[in-house]
Amino acid sequence: METFTYYPGCTLRTKAKDLDKYARASAEALGICLEEPAEWQCCGGAYTTAANEPATKLSAVRTLNVAKELGRPLITVCSACHNVIKQTNYDISRNEAMQTKVNNYLGLEEPYRGETTIYHYLEMLRDVVGFDKLAEKVVNPLTGKKIAAYYGCLLLRPSKAMAMDDPENPTIMEDFIRAIGGTPVIWAQRNECCGGYITMEDKAQASKRSNAVMDNAEDMGAEMVITACPLCLYNLEKNSDSTLPVYYFTELLAEALGVKEAADNE
Amino acid sequence: MNNSLKDWVDITSGVNVRKCMRCGKCSATCPSYDEMEYHPHQFVYMVEKGDIEPLMKSDSLYRCLTCFACVERCPRNVEPAKVVEAVRLAAVRKQGNNHLIPDQIPTMLDDDLPQQAIVTAFRKYTK
Repeated sequence: METFTYYPGCTLRTKAKDLDKYARASAEALGICLEEPAEWQCCGGAYTTAANEPATKLSAVRTLNVAKELGRPLITVCSACHNVIKQTNYDISRNEAMQTKVNNYLGLEEPYRGETTIYHYLEMLRDVVGFDKLAEKVVNPLTGKKIAAYYGCLLLRPSKAMAMDDPENPTIMEDFIRAIGGTPVIWAQRNECCGGYITMEDKAQASKRSNAVMDNAEDMGAEMVITACPLCLYNLEKNSDSTLPVYYFTELLAEALGVKEAADNE
Repeated sequence: MNNSLKDWVDITSGVNVRKCMRCGKCSATCPSYDEMEYHPHQFVYMVEKGDIEPLMKSDSLYRCLTCFACVERCPRNVEPAKVVEAVRLAAVRKQGNNHLIPDQIPTMLDDDLPQQAIVTAFRKYTK
């Protein structure tokens, strides 16, 4: 059984427990051990692009350094955590001035220089497990289900740092849908923003964005939408008029692997 | 023209605004275009001219969703979102200029709102 360091992040411990519990149950079914470090901090929620603001990058670097000390790659699930941690690592490994400032703050025994490898859970499925091997382990395929993969913005952009997939024509979530037996729907809004945190200040703008996304998924014949992001799920469900169900991708994964019920009863 | 403010914004964004070739693709792809007084391409032009004060007073600073669409799709790699962020920081880093005050947050919540939204807004709007 291969072991990875697992970073759930704050939202998966509270409002997005489903994203977390199905991720853990499915990993176990796939022979992957996700080990949560004894201590971790919030990723920060948003990556600050400012070249002179090292303080907002510290919490992400602490997590990266814990993974480095444990000597294993870091697995993330939440799109926002993944984006912040991945962008921070990209920056810290290339920007010497930022690296020096951050390490001066942290005072680690050995400076952190971007050594940790980060996989989003979807990347783990693709690059470690393999979608072909995943398909072999599916016991309840989602045969005939037309599923729209919603990438949103955080998984793919900025692509030079995220390096997950083609930012304009991604395939990783569609390949995931095929592996669990479903039929992917290809749609224009799959990598456009849901409205994000503007929902706190302006519901009208959030609704405009979320309706644009959900209307497009419906128009293209989707029966459901999947996401990796708690805030996307919230916006698409609460700020759109659509009745199309939105699920975390890990829920469909757990269902396909036949471990969903056991995870629900835990 | 306020040179020291322009220098600060240039250093903070890390962007060379002079690379912009005026194609407008950043604004064309911006999900907040309709809600903005100044659009992403205008942030780039106005910072280039040093005309930054109007941007600092505009609600447009709090309309950017940090979706990085303009960063990804700019053919010249200008990265307009970084310019918006730098101007926003110039505004909110001033004493008393926080856009989001902790006391306001309880009125913005509902039972399902993910922590992620609150943390993100707080990090971007409050220093």
